[in-house]
Amino acid sequence: MLVVDNLKIAFGGVVAIDGVSFTVRRNEIFALIGPNGAGKTTLFNIISGVYAPQSGRIALDGEDVTSLAPHQLARRGMSRTFQNLQVFFRMSTVENVMVGHHLHENRNVLAHLLALPSVRAQNRATRAKAEGLLALVGLEGLADKPASSLPYGALKRLEIARALATEPKILLLDEPAAGCNPVETEEIDAVIKSIAAQGVTVVLVEHDMRLVMRISDRIHVLDRGKTLAEGSAVEVRGNPAVVTAYLGGLGEQEAARARN
Amino acid sequence: MRRFLNNSFALVLVLGAIVALLPLVLPSGFYWRVAALVYINAIAVLGLNLLMGFAGQVSLGHAGFFGIGAYAVALGPVYLGMPGWASLLGGTALSALLAFFVGRPILRLSGYYLAIATLGMGALISMVVANEANITGGPNGMEVQRMIVFGWRVAGAQVWYWIAGITLVLGVLLVVNLIESPTGRALRSIHDSEIAARVLGIDVARYKLLAFVMSAVFASIAGSYLALLDGFVTPNTTSFLLSIELVVMAVLGGLGSILGSIVGAAILVVLPQFLTVFHDYEHIVLGAIIIVFLIFLPRGIVPALASIVRRGTA
Repeated sequence: MLVVDNLKIAFGGVVAIDGVSFTVRRNEIFALIGPNGAGKTTLFNIISGVYAPQSGRIALDGEDVTSLAPHQLARRGMSRTFQNLQVFFRMSTVENVMVGHHLHENRNVLAHLLALPSVRAQNRATRAKAEGLLALVGLEGLADKPASSLPYGALKRLEIARALATEPKILLLDEPAAGCNPVETEEIDAVIKSIAAQGVTVVLVEHDMRLVMRISDRIHVLDRGKTLAEGSAVEVRGNPAVVTAYLGGLGEQEAARARN
Repeated sequence: MRRFLNNSFALVLVLGAIVALLPLVLPSGFYWRVAALVYINAIAVLGLNLLMGFAGQVSLGHAGFFGIGAYAVALGPVYLGMPGWASLLGGTALSALLAFFVGRPILRLSGYYLAIATLGMGALISMVVANEANITGGPNGMEVQRMIVFGWRVAGAQVWYWIAGITLVLGVLLVVNLIESPTGRALRSIHDSEIAARVLGIDVARYKLLAFVMSAVFASIAGSYLALLDGFVTPNTTSFLLSIELVVMAVLGGLGSILGSIVGAAILVVLPQFLTVFHDYEHIVLGAIIIVFLIFLPRGIVPALASIVRRGTA
């Protein structure tokens, strides 16, 4: 589904991503992990078109999409969320999600200016769809609240609902559980699983190891911009290189916790 | 009340009623003229608000488009033999075209850089008007022929009151419609997070350009109306000061508030009429009033009132 081939990007003299390759299969939950500064978010930014790689290739469904702009990638079925929230704070909760449906709406400006009946009907349909997605991520009943009034954990889920409104084939989640308490993390866990169950391929960057181990089909480990290991949760967990390089001195302890 | 203060269809109805009923209390031709000036400025500010308040892009050069509209109705009949209404439409089209071609490169910029670029654009238009004195009359300005539509001579404060008022109501209706549409949501999303808008599939460059072109159209129409109302046009219609005034009206009334555009225009047009008693200090007093408003109501008058009402009803 998504093929990342030998990507490379440097900022000044720092090589942030250095020859990373992997393949994400259709309909799996694929996790990217690694210590801080490993290049996970940079990699996400390249895949989603925010940065252009210096070399390497990205293919989506067999089509070369390297260096396409984010809105062009969205048209090809890719969507993402952000580690640091990028919510539309001046809009209501439901409007945030409605923006996500943009590509599936009629974009005739003249019709919008005149508020033709078809535009009104479409607005109602988009809203209904957005409300359904809010319910999916557990934000039902908050539709007309300003997005700025929602707590942090809810905003994280709002971003997921918004990304889903694009009807993506592949969804990139950048630390969906960052800053969430254990209860919120469990909720996000359930949301991700239900998204995958609907046939959306999920690629995820996450620090919460328990979440990653629990829901990922395969895990790709990065360290300082390079691939360290790839495999199932069990394989990665048992890989000594991962335990020492990624988890450092506290590795054994963390690994033991992750096993529970 | 809360929904009314926000942008909604009720606003259009109330505004229509105000335009229709205000003449009952206007005591003289002078007040008709002031009211017409409020509407004309509000048309320009409404467009600017679309760009600044909704899409979040600054322009310090909108007097350029205002001036193109004003000079189009002055020059068109004299040099091209075009009727006034055709000159008005031609000026509007010219402004839209210019906004399209200038907007494409400069809307890549943001924040201060965009502000400076638009300022430069406005200054260029202003210089052309001032320097082509043999055509435009230069600093002396030039007379504007009265518009004739179906043999009817369109002149006088009362006539322009109705034309500007109806245009404003229609303009508000269009903007209200737009804001609650996919286009409006796209514009507003760009204001809050360009990067998020992009990954959701919104062609950010296209929507910024759209807002810029639409705001230029509003400014140009307002400029034409002013020139036709006055029967005279001067380079002031293209001046940097006018660009700033339009921005102040938008900010004072409240960025992102349609009613705010009208309130802002009303305050900045009406207040100087009453400040003439201060003679030489008029601008100082006006400046002080603006500063006080912005210190105590930084989000603008209408949004501040709306949140007071919201707290009251919550």
